[in-house]
Amino acid sequence: MIATDILEDAALTLMEKAAIEIPDDYLSGLKQAASVEDGDLSSFVLQAMLENYEVAKADRRAMCADTGVPRWFVKFGNEARIDGGPVALEAALRRATARATHDLPLRPNRVHPLWRTDHDNNVGINAPEIEYSFEPDGDWIDITAVHKGGLFGTDYRMLFPGDGIDGIKRFYLDTLVAFGKRGLACQPAIIGIGLGGSKDVSMTLGKQAACLRTVGDRNPDEKIAALEEEFIDLGNSIGMGAMGFVGKSMVVDCHIEVGYCHTGGMPISVHAFCLSSRRATARIGADGSVEYRTDPQWFTPYMRRERVEWQSAPENSKAFA
Amino acid sequence: MAERAGKLKSLRLGTKPTREELAALEIGNVVYLDGVVYTGREGVYQRAVEEGEPLPADLKALSHVNFHCSPAASINDDGTFNLAAVTATASFRFSKWMARWFELSGAKIIIGKGGMTAEDYKSVFVPNGAVYLTTVGYGTGALLGRGVSHVRDVFWKDELGIAQAIWVLEVENFGPFIVESDMGGNSLFERENAKIAANLDKVYEGTRPAILHRYGESDDRSDEVI
Ligand code: SF4
Repeated sequence: MIATDILEDAALTLMEKAAIEIPDDYLSGLKQAASVEDGDLSSFVLQAMLENYEVAKADRRAMCADTGVPRWFVKFGNEARIDGGPVALEAALRRATARATHDLPLRPNRVHPLWRTDHDNNVGINAPEIEYSFEPDGDWIDITAVHKGGLFGTDYRMLFPGDGIDGIKRFYLDTLVAFGKRGLACQPAIIGIGLGGSKDVSMTLGKQAACLRTVGDRNPDEKIAALEEEFIDLGNSIGMGAMGFVGKSMVVDCHIEVGYCHTGGMPISVHAFCLSSRRATARIGADGSVEYRTDPQWFTPYMRRERVEWQSAPENSKAFA
Repeated sequence: MAERAGKLKSLRLGTKPTREELAALEIGNVVYLDGVVYTGREGVYQRAVEEGEPLPADLKALSHVNFHCSPAASINDDGTFNLAAVTATASFRFSKWMARWFELSGAKIIIGKGGMTAEDYKSVFVPNGAVYLTTVGYGTGALLGRGVSHVRDVFWKDELGIAQAIWVLEVENFGPFIVESDMGGNSLFERENAKIAANLDKVYEGTRPAILHRYGESDDRSDEVI
């Protein structure tokens, strides 16, 4: 039985870690980009960003004052039990969000869409979002906090099978070029692509692909993995770097997630996880232990299962040690 | 004082610069500020420009630098401030208020995110002798936060809320910023966009336009989002 005060404390720590500490995988991706960038202005911007991450950690300040919108991703091990159940967990996450907003502080970005009511705590109707997934055999809960920034850099298009890979490329480039101008997407970014599923699932998959997979991670489907790599190069060949200045660092990584869709359609979404690629994960064990990490391990073989029944084969559980 | 930041020219500037100092800025220069800056965005513009509410302080005497930003800040129970990071917000949304705002505030430097159009610079900034500096990254919130030495005042906090209020910040070595528009109204972003646009046809080669054409979608890739 996992106690809710442990969950709330861990969630509060996650809010802080995500806001302040850039994940190592993104940091090395950005250093790699900086090492090959030859545009004067773009290079300067990347150096300033690298310095900014250091200052954030040293001073315990938010790396970006636009702390975006805090949101949560929860993965339940099938055997996990929470004192008070899922409702108590949701209460803990809402409380942690409000406390973090005041204590860190985070920017109280969340408002009512029409009345612009601001509770000054990033909590409101349907906010923060909490998304769930499940995993066989575990007795733990994984909680991931993401401070998703960026009003710009995400788009959706209804494509059809006849649009093919070339149509996907066109949409991908359209999104990058449009939102890369003047650096509205705060690139270089981790680009997530949600392909297929129903329209809403296509959006969700793309968002999760951008925010919950680490730099260097490849899709287990080899052909999709090859496409991911091709898309990194394609994005970096636009000629646009940080802030939309001439350069070649637009995409730090590209992650594609797929879902089965209607036979007549091919919905697609593209998402940019910006220079403040803020995520942090904690595993809370049945014994009350808490372990922090930066890889959410969200897309497990179980999540991507294709058949009616789930068979936990050794190679399936390997990626999820 | 001029130095190099990588391959770029870098200088420090006060927050009530002379006309000559401003005229010496070239697009693409790196700038750090020392003095006082104040934040102001749509809430402030609506109140001051549209509703004609008198400014809560003599901004002209305070500083000539208007920052398009809301800090990540909270106000403690004892009235003190807790300010961690500072990041700009996209400026193009504010263009309709700028002409009157320059008259009211006497601002000569606008700092923000993403700039405005060269048309705005030529028609509104140039006649007012003002330049535009863009923040860098744009996520350098911690660096900018470190450059704020003291929160001197917060005006219109009750009327506009924490995010929209006028924050008066004492700053030291506050930056980096990049000169996006100079006294001639030239735009660095537009110069860069034009260079990049020249290469786009090649990048797009082999891709295909969507089968479903939607109303409002543009095929002109040199079109600006803003
Ligand atoms: S897009 Fe990201 S880096 Fe840019 S201002 Fe928003 S949170 Fe900060």
